[in-house]
Amino acid sequence: MSTLMIAISLIFAIAMISAAFVAIYAKRIAIAILAAGLVSLLASVMFLFLAAPDVAMTEAAIGSGLTTFLFFFVLGRVRGEKND
Amino acid sequence: MIKNFIVLLFLFGLGMIFSALLLGYTPDSELNLTGRYYAEHTAQDLGAANIVTAIIVTYRGLDTLGEVTVLFLTAAIVGMLLSTGAGKGKSLQRKLSQSGELLTTGSHLLVPLILLLGAYVFINGHLTPGGGFQGGAIIASAILLILLTDPLYRFSHQLISIVESISGLIFLALGVLGIFFAGGFLDNRILPVGELGSLFSAGAIPIIYSLVGLKVGAEFSSMLVNFSETEDS
Repeated sequence: MSTLMIAISLIFAIAMISAAFVAIYAKRIAIAILAAGLVSLLASVMFLFLAAPDVAMTEAAIGSGLTTFLFFFVLGRVRGEKND
Repeated sequence: MIKNFIVLLFLFGLGMIFSALLLGYTPDSELNLTGRYYAEHTAQDLGAANIVTAIIVTYRGLDTLGEVTVLFLTAAIVGMLLSTGAGKGKSLQRKLSQSGELLTTGSHLLVPLILLLGAYVFINGHLTPGGGFQGGAIIASAILLILLTDPLYRFSHQLISIVESISGLIFLALGVLGIFFAGGFLDNRILPVGELGSLFSAGAIPIIYSLVGLKVGAEFSSMLVNFSETEDS
């Protein structure tokens, strides 16, 4: 990997870690869910840097897409219960 | 206090292990024996442009069958656990919060495109990155988007289970045909290998991967649909 790639990877790694902290410490659940999805999205970009496009697609589809949707779905259900 | 210290110590140790691994890592200058075999033989033997797909579907096809079986078992168990409370008691009179205009309109626009992308990903699995599992997950996310927009939308369980069973059955049948007409179980050369890089190439790989995609999509969807239809008493 060239120096530029390493620099970009480092930026992504730092962004990933900060997104993970946001996911843990965010007060609002919606923001935490989005941050958790962002961790997966950045991870899939990292997989792309490491020349593994197939793994990157799996990560983007399942980690970033499906689970984020699922969390929002559950959140909607839980809030619906609360309003009853 | 002591708990925090232990956590910090654990993190420090983990960091030490990973940094030791990173510092001691030297990239291979050439492929190892197995990797070289795959890189040299895949294109001419199996005709698949994407080597990863050739490995997943043909060289290690049995593992893929196992993965699909595990996913099927998971979907079946989720269905069994969640269906015990369903069908009895109050009907769906519970007032759900209305989904917004933006979500409704956006999902009407996006759902067909997402389904199309999923089908594209698993049909082109032997040419481009991606394949059955990714395509199936994309299709399931479209289903989830529909459920997110309209929580009362009902999918036909029968249709989902028919798609799931038939694709699994054909997948197995193609694998068994490989024993008789080609080199072994799940060999893709029961159909002509064709020209490298065209859509109808790589023997049975596009068919098998499309079936895997449908199967995975149906399994994920059945989990989500079961989940959406549970009503806690």
